[in-house]
Amino acid sequence: MSAWRQLTRGLRALTRRSAADQDLADEVGHFLQESEAAHVSRGLSPDEARRAARREIGNAMIAREQVRSYGWENGVEELGADFRYAVRRLGKQPAFTSVTVLTLALGIGATTAIFSAVNPVLFEALPYPRAEEILVIADHGAGDSIIDVTFGTYRELTDRNRVFDALAVLRPWQPTLTGAAAPDRWDGQRVSAGYFRVLGVSPLIGRDFLPGEDRAGGPRVTILSHALWTERFGGDRGIVGRPVTLDGTAFTVIGVMPAAFENVLSPQAQAWAPLQYDASLPSFDGREWGHNLRLAARLRRGVGIEKARRDLDRIARDRVPEFARPAWASLEKGLSVLPLKDIVTAPVKPALRAVVGAVILLLLIACANVTNLLLARGAGRRGELAVRAALGASRGRLVRQLLMESLVLAVVGGAIGMAVSQAGVRALVMLSPPELPRTGAIHLDGAVFAFALGLTAVVGIVVGLVPALRASRSDLQGGLQESSTRTMGGSRGMHASLVVGEVALALVLLVGAGLLLRSLERLFAVSPGFDSSRLLTMQVQVSGVGLDDAKRYRFLSRALEAVRNVPGVDSAAFTSQLPLSGDLDEYGVHPESGGSESPDGDGSALRYAVSQGYIETMQIPLRRGRVLDEHDTAAAPKAVLVSESFAKRVFPGQDPLGRRIQFGPDRSWDTIVGVVGEVKQTSLALNRADAVYVPSPQWTWIDSRVSLVVRARGDAAALASAVRRAVWSIDKDQPVVRVATMEALLAASAAERRFALILFEAFAIVALVLAAAGIYGVLSGSVAERTREMGVRAALGATRRDLLAMVLAEGMRLTGLGVAIGVLTAAFGTRALVGMLFDVSPLDPGTYVGVIALLVGVAILACAVPARRAARADPAGSLRSE
Amino acid sequence: MDEPTTDVIQGTLDMLILKTLSLQPLHGFGIARRIEQISRGVFKVNPGSLLTALQRLERAGWLDAEWRQTESSRRARYYSLTRTGRRELEAESADWARRVSAIARVLKTEA
Repeated sequence: MSAWRQLTRGLRALTRRSAADQDLADEVGHFLQESEAAHVSRGLSPDEARRAARREIGNAMIAREQVRSYGWENGVEELGADFRYAVRRLGKQPAFTSVTVLTLALGIGATTAIFSAVNPVLFEALPYPRAEEILVIADHGAGDSIIDVTFGTYRELTDRNRVFDALAVLRPWQPTLTGAAAPDRWDGQRVSAGYFRVLGVSPLIGRDFLPGEDRAGGPRVTILSHALWTERFGGDRGIVGRPVTLDGTAFTVIGVMPAAFENVLSPQAQAWAPLQYDASLPSFDGREWGHNLRLAARLRRGVGIEKARRDLDRIARDRVPEFARPAWASLEKGLSVLPLKDIVTAPVKPALRAVVGAVILLLLIACANVTNLLLARGAGRRGELAVRAALGASRGRLVRQLLMESLVLAVVGGAIGMAVSQAGVRALVMLSPPELPRTGAIHLDGAVFAFALGLTAVVGIVVGLVPALRASRSDLQGGLQESSTRTMGGSRGMHASLVVGEVALALVLLVGAGLLLRSLERLFAVSPGFDSSRLLTMQVQVSGVGLDDAKRYRFLSRALEAVRNVPGVDSAAFTSQLPLSGDLDEYGVHPESGGSESPDGDGSALRYAVSQGYIETMQIPLRRGRVLDEHDTAAAPKAVLVSESFAKRVFPGQDPLGRRIQFGPDRSWDTIVGVVGEVKQTSLALNRADAVYVPSPQWTWIDSRVSLVVRARGDAAALASAVRRAVWSIDKDQPVVRVATMEALLAASAAERRFALILFEAFAIVALVLAAAGIYGVLSGSVAERTREMGVRAALGATRRDLLAMVLAEGMRLTGLGVAIGVLTAAFGTRALVGMLFDVSPLDPGTYVGVIALLVGVAILACAVPARRAARADPAGSLRSE
Repeated sequence: MDEPTTDVIQGTLDMLILKTLSLQPLHGFGIARRIEQISRGVFKVNPGSLLTALQRLERAGWLDAEWRQTESSRRARYYSLTRTGRRELEAESADWARRVSAIARVLKTEA
């Protein structure tokens, strides 16, 4: 009841203040009157009675105020008054207000944008029910490498594990939709029937795969993504049960996934079909024993990952007769088990952490700058505050008032910051490297909004508290006497230390940006092993009913011929995998006796099934022997080229030419006819060079998906449509996708580093500007305050040069201290960047020297204006100025 | 008015108001005068404190307040005790009695 009364009475007082005030006045008035009447009845004259009554009640206004100040609504009113006052004061200083607000908006906006980008990756759980139960299991390959599992291992784990509710294997699938107007290649996945159960997601309409649909020879069924369903089939619910023709075969659509379904293991996937391997594991030679599947598993409730590890160790260790294992899937090194979340985020974590660190530095610098501005302003307001204190304002009240001002600044800054972050998020998504997972989940949502709000409040208090406490501490006497800013000396030390801090933080950011920049330079200086200029690439898919290997090869040869005839094409060839495109295709190698297999027993090499002319078109240097030519046909003796590193590793100290190796599933003996230079396949930063080039017609099968490489005479990109038309002139049903120049692929291969670099550069530039502004602000304050001193010095014979040097020295002292602290901080801080650096030490002296020179140069510029002002000091004028 | 007047003992004003109103509803000045009279002029109530206390007790739900016409046909705010106010008065009086007797005992032993 009383809480209710508190609320209703308080609200009434707030909403109908004048009525409440009237009531109060009436009550006090009535009290006075009664008191007067009582005195009169005791024999005083009316005048005396009135005076007596007044004396008793004291100042009626004070009594009223005393009563009025009771109740919670009163605090609200004071807050409102503080707020209005703050807004009025800030409105009167538009320059100060806009600089402060913009600085805060930049800091808060950048931080919020970065938070919204990293939130889905670093902090949020994956969008699956009990996502922490989903694990990814992988096999151990040569050395420390982690490789995909075989279907055989999956079968054995499914049968023998005691810890999982469901397991699923998956591999990429890129079917071509035919029978429609234009051929359309989809990205998809072949999955075992339990895949969606592992993720814990069910189709929106239709049904999930049934257990058993993933057996060899099982039904041709497919589930579509929501995006594909709406774009390609207009969101027609009748799609379920209808057939679609994929790779020339009819698949029945059985379901559509919900729109919110995120497939983090293959974000591009639009369609799923059952993986129909032979569960009886007929022989070690089949695809069932290739390391070509990813394995995801959902833990049984209440089972931890450690228990799962122990169970998998047990299975790996204790072999059982029912599950024979080949040497390459012996599980001798056990299995690797990691949470799905780690698998998704691990590749980008270092970059994201570095970016988060950078934006925090930026926010700190922005806060330091605003604090400095508020401090300077607080010092100028000591007179005003002293008057208010003399009139009865308590220190708490003054602090609250000043905090309200900084909060108002922060809130306006935060609001603009939200707009900044909106733009920032869009830019981030555009800039984001392809490896960045869950970009679709990056948006401004409740969590981000709450973050921005919290950040704004914290920033408002942080930047306001020190200046508020400082300004309100001033003693009354001093404040009232003081007419101007003559004795700002007290806050000078505070200013200076904030500026030193800003310089130090800016230096850390600059060093980070510098190191990343040098890394990228070094990276692009690395030769990919071929000539990347004027090179156009695209993927051609060969699919269709009744297309056997011979027909496929004929199509590819004819298409290649047509492309070679396109005007402007210098040369052209195709390959089963394209360097720096994300392709990765490896097979085991067994050399004839005399060669050495790798000590791990897992000698594998990149397989390039190439057309004649590939080495020449790519301009991969031929070191020994010959290249593949038109004589290396299907019927000719099997010939291969190997990379230099392969030759050195497998045939150390011997002549590799003429030696023979077994490569690939058919176990035939291939003769090495040439040795070529190394090519960077996965990235410029990685040496993974062991490679074997086989003539496409001599490989066990003709690949249905090949990359065309075209060396142009002029601009490669301009040739794209002509080349595509040439391919389609042979068969218009074959999709041509992934068209890109090699230069673009090169750039994209370093996208993650570039992403971090762009952000670091942007933050570092802003930090530099803010730090320079900080130095400028402190020095101009100091010069203005010391006008008199300068005048005296000038009068006593100091030359302009002396004065200039004096101010510059002060600025350089701050800068030097900041640089010293910054260098130490950076030496530790940049360790966090090590994972992002390439061929550059985090202590790279060149970077440090360059950055220090830049920072000092900018600092000198920032000092120059106040220093010149000081040097112009006019002795007579400045002595008169007070 | 033989005895010197004094301010109400800190913390007892609420109790005195409640007690005064337990007899009949009164307006502010009435309460002040009644306390003065009953205490034979010992306690002098500060009007500001009294009105604030009335507001607080009303908010707490121990008093009800309503505007009435006085005999001189002026608006006056009359306060009356609520049921919870009565319970509070009983509790406070008991507590006060306990304290007073305790203090008296202490003073006696010292004497």
